[in-house]
Amino acid sequence: MEQLIQQLVNGISLGSIYALIALGYTMVYGIVKLINFAHGDVFMVGAFIGFYCISIFHLGFFPALLISMAACAIFGVLIERIAYKPLRNATRIAALITAIGVSLFIEYGTIYLRGAQPEAYPNTVPLHDLKIFGVVISGQSILILGVSIILMILLQFIVHRTKIGKAMRAVSHDMDAAKLMGINVNNTISATFAIGSALAGAAGVIFGMYYTTIDPLMGIIPGLKAFVAAVLGGIGIIPGAMTGGLLLGVIESLVSAAGFSLWRDGVAFVVLILILLLRPAGLFGKNVKEKV
Amino acid sequence: MRLVKNAKGFWLSIVLAVVVGVVIQFLISGEILDSFYSNTLYLIGINIILAVSLHLIIGVTGQFSIGHAGFLAVGAYASAIMTMKLGMPFPVAILVAGVAAAIAGLIIGIPTLRLRGDYLAIATLGFGEIMRIIFLNIDYVGGASGMTVSHLVTWPWVYACVVITIIVIVNFTNSTHGRACISIRENEIAADAMGINTTFYKVIAFVIGAFFAGVAGALYAHNFYIIQPTNFGFLKSFDILIFVVLGGLGSMSGAVIAAILLTIISAFLSNYPEVRMLIYSLVLIVMMLFRPQGLLGTKEITSFFKVGKSGKGGVQNDSKQTVA
Repeated sequence: MEQLIQQLVNGISLGSIYALIALGYTMVYGIVKLINFAHGDVFMVGAFIGFYCISIFHLGFFPALLISMAACAIFGVLIERIAYKPLRNATRIAALITAIGVSLFIEYGTIYLRGAQPEAYPNTVPLHDLKIFGVVISGQSILILGVSIILMILLQFIVHRTKIGKAMRAVSHDMDAAKLMGINVNNTISATFAIGSALAGAAGVIFGMYYTTIDPLMGIIPGLKAFVAAVLGGIGIIPGAMTGGLLLGVIESLVSAAGFSLWRDGVAFVVLILILLLRPAGLFGKNVKEKV
Repeated sequence: MRLVKNAKGFWLSIVLAVVVGVVIQFLISGEILDSFYSNTLYLIGINIILAVSLHLIIGVTGQFSIGHAGFLAVGAYASAIMTMKLGMPFPVAILVAGVAAAIAGLIIGIPTLRLRGDYLAIATLGFGEIMRIIFLNIDYVGGASGMTVSHLVTWPWVYACVVITIIVIVNFTNSTHGRACISIRENEIAADAMGINTTFYKVIAFVIGAFFAGVAGALYAHNFYIIQPTNFGFLKSFDILIFVVLGGLGSMSGAVIAAILLTIISAFLSNYPEVRMLIYSLVLIVMMLFRPQGLLGTKEITSFFKVGKSGKGGVQNDSKQTVA
């Protein structure tokens, strides 16, 4: 029983990392209908920026987190402006191939610049382990949960209470109508990329803290799983991405707890194929009929 | 009359293909080409089969699949089990590899081909990863440490497989079924409305593509001395995808030319793997930004020699992108 609760806690920590990455996927998909393959690599870049901030500039955890988020926001906007903006009216497959190209470029550009060797993440978590009814909850788990909950509340506030959030919702609903209403669509899309990438950067730093090693190809698998989480919750729907991420994290840790830890990476894709076949709109999505 | 003319062209290209194959065989057995070059030739052959088989799925039928390495893995492992564990001869192993991959294609194709566009892409990517993880977890085939395979690949085998693959896929594309597949690529809803059984043709294309990917897998396994699940990750799928994208979505000769070019480039860059991947990624991005239809678009290389004859009928429009 304690083992099970322990695994659930691990699953929720892992799931909230997935949820943070999935939010970026889902926001970008909701607006430009593009699977931003490079999102997992923004997450990787975020982890490395956090690492350099802590190990070279000797900053604490929170300054490193903020710097990494800011840098990733700028990075995300740059990617959007250089690679995706010229393709806004191209076919979705062309945009998808570009996204794959950008992803490979970031991964191998990083390897080219600094080599492929992994890096050990310094542990600067100021929290101690917590013991509740015999269940040990590590300081990292509490930190991860705290940071992700705060960021998600912040995101909900931005999307529902601010002007840019209103513009984002309008653009995702109908881009042309939003343009006619005087909304600057380009800026709104850039803002979406900035917010999504900042969340991915934060996820990168706390992922490094939790798993203690980072390497240039680390973004691929979490990126894909976060995409699965976004599809699971219903792509384009923000609460869906949060739920999907948490659910996926819990499913994964239950599978490892059942003794199939080698199959863990496969489970996410099985979930993906099942959800696409049974409920393609996702848990929270509505089925939209295609017009001819 | 036209039939005779077409048949003449067909036999002419067969004779030409045989002559080229025999000449290269003499170059290899006369040791004019050293092992580096002959190995590159084998790789070119394998990559051509992979490119052409994926071309049938993406270029002809318009189904964006990025899990092709999964079929390659099925073929590689099936053939390796045949030769190493069961002691079967190499040709049987090639056939079994193709059939095993085709069955995998059928099992995967029927449910996933209901999806469209980027959802299909992600589902096939997921399938490729599941295949890799399955092989990683089966102890019979060596798990993560892989399986040692004896080197059985010789030039005649590779060349015969390449020629057969190209003949089958060209003839399929030019048949009634191929035209049905092209109509699905151009507009699936319209094709459905015209009475074409779109699901059937999508699955057919997928199964044939998977079959030849399996054949390529058999050659791939018996060309290297060891196969490991990590060889078949989705970076391998992207390697195959780039042949099709660079050559032109819908042009088989484009896919073949791209496979030859990129294999030669990567053979010379094999000491700098990250530079190779950087070049690949830049090719993908620049291609999509400036020439999204690929080098040849939907044209075939032969159409450049037919001066004055308008192509296969219909309006040719270069700027139009064909994959939905």
